[in-house]
Amino acid sequence: MAMYNSTVMEHFTNPRNVGEIENPDGVGVYGSPVCGDMMQIMIKVEDEKIVDAKFKTFGCGSAIASSSMATEMIIGKTIDEALAITNKQIVDELGGLPPVKIHCSVLADHAIKSAIYDYAQKNGKEYAGLEGFDPNADEEDHHDIEEEE
Amino acid sequence: MKNVYMDYSATTPVKKEVLDAMLPYFSEHFGNPSSLYSIAQESKEALEKARGQVASLIGAKANEVFFTAGGSEADNWALEGVADALKDKGNHIITTKIEHHAILHTAEYLEKHGIDVTYLDVDAEGRVNPVDVEKAITDKTVLISIMMVNNEVGTIEPIKEIAEIAHNHGILLHTDAVQALGNVPIDVDNMGIDLMSMSGHKIYGPKGVGALYIRKGTKISNFIHGGAQEMKKRAGTENLAGIVGFGKAAELAKENLESHINRVSELRDYFISEVTSKIPDTIVNGSMEHRHPGNANISFEYIEGESMLILLDMNGISVSTGSACSSKSLTPSHVLSAMGIPVERIHGTLRFTIGDPTTKEDIDYVIEKLVEIVQKLRELSPVSREKGWE
Repeated sequence: MAMYNSTVMEHFTNPRNVGEIENPDGVGVYGSPVCGDMMQIMIKVEDEKIVDAKFKTFGCGSAIASSSMATEMIIGKTIDEALAITNKQIVDELGGLPPVKIHCSVLADHAIKSAIYDYAQKNGKEYAGLEGFDPNADEEDHHDIEEEE
Repeated sequence: MKNVYMDYSATTPVKKEVLDAMLPYFSEHFGNPSSLYSIAQESKEALEKARGQVASLIGAKANEVFFTAGGSEADNWALEGVADALKDKGNHIITTKIEHHAILHTAEYLEKHGIDVTYLDVDAEGRVNPVDVEKAITDKTVLISIMMVNNEVGTIEPIKEIAEIAHNHGILLHTDAVQALGNVPIDVDNMGIDLMSMSGHKIYGPKGVGALYIRKGTKISNFIHGGAQEMKKRAGTENLAGIVGFGKAAELAKENLESHINRVSELRDYFISEVTSKIPDTIVNGSMEHRHPGNANISFEYIEGESMLILLDMNGISVSTGSACSSKSLTPSHVLSAMGIPVERIHGTLRFTIGDPTTKEDIDYVIEKLVEIVQKLRELSPVSREKGWE
């Protein structure tokens, strides 16, 4: 498929970190099948560090590739480092996405933050990177974030 | 890698007999049919032969067939030409929500220019109810335009019944028969059709050529203005090789109509029964009774169409999807939406269309790959039958 580059195709056809974690420390679900994309990301946290992440995604090739790349990027990072990741960085790591597919990276970014938000809520923690974050914000609100030309 | 093309409703390959018929009209018999010298006469004769071949496929007279640059031009011409020619009689057109965009976008354009348009609903199988057509008629209605066969779900519309209603009210009936041509029997007189759009490349002819059937005496303004070609109704030097190819394709379609329908529908029925028995949570969209012989439109629950399409493509299989993710506009199929299919299911819908070159081996290969791909994507999906859609 000429619309995706080889990195995106690699992550789509051989996605990393697929599945669910038993007793996860945080779960983030974002999007809905009605919109065409839905992601679930689960994280395991030890000493403020994300030691494992798993995902399940309903969506197009770029949604699956974005989820796979996003989980790769957060494993081994501290919570603060993970929160600093932007959708633009996910796109860059994937070597670019077609303009109409940029929102897939936004979904992945939001799903990660939702999982960390869930962890923070459960453990009574606060992070600067979650300030103003609304896990239930409409997907529409995020469509225009950091879109590439 | 094996290549299996299963998108014959998108386009078809040009048949060898068609290509052979066309080739002499590029460099050898290149004369302009409008010129007077002898080599131009050969071109003129070829043009008229093709007109006869297309007319014969639909039970029309040759002088009722007007060649165009394709199905979309024929659709644009029918709507705009009738709206203009009958503007003193009325300004209302009736069509449906499931038409091809060549009709829908032309209707929207006309709405900006003072024409009222009614877009009829369809039932869950994609069929228009003739009663709804009759109810929508006003004293301003000048045209009813309803497709003969839907391009996505293959539903065959009750054109004959609708034409009767139209004529009882003195209204013209246009039908977009681009998908129907060569796939269902068409007789314009028996069915009461006044105007009908056709395309060459859906019936193993070349792209860039189509025709509008216009019943003799039907009032319609010209759409392409210029020279006196096509009995002064459609200007522009004729796409001679293309028209010759369309004519030959129409001749073959007529010869093979019955065997084509029988063979293709048998393969399609086999495909549908294998897919639905081997893959759980699959739903066939459209009507099984009134259906294009080669069409299988299937929803695969809990997964998304574009990801299926790409994985099939990686296995050499070409299909199309109703999913929004595959469209540049990110909007899901208007046809499946009009049928009341839930959006999450539309996203997981593929259209497979079978054609003359398709073999049983092809079908078995597609089924084998499809089983693997659906399973792989369902393992990736956070939604499932157990968990439901939430």
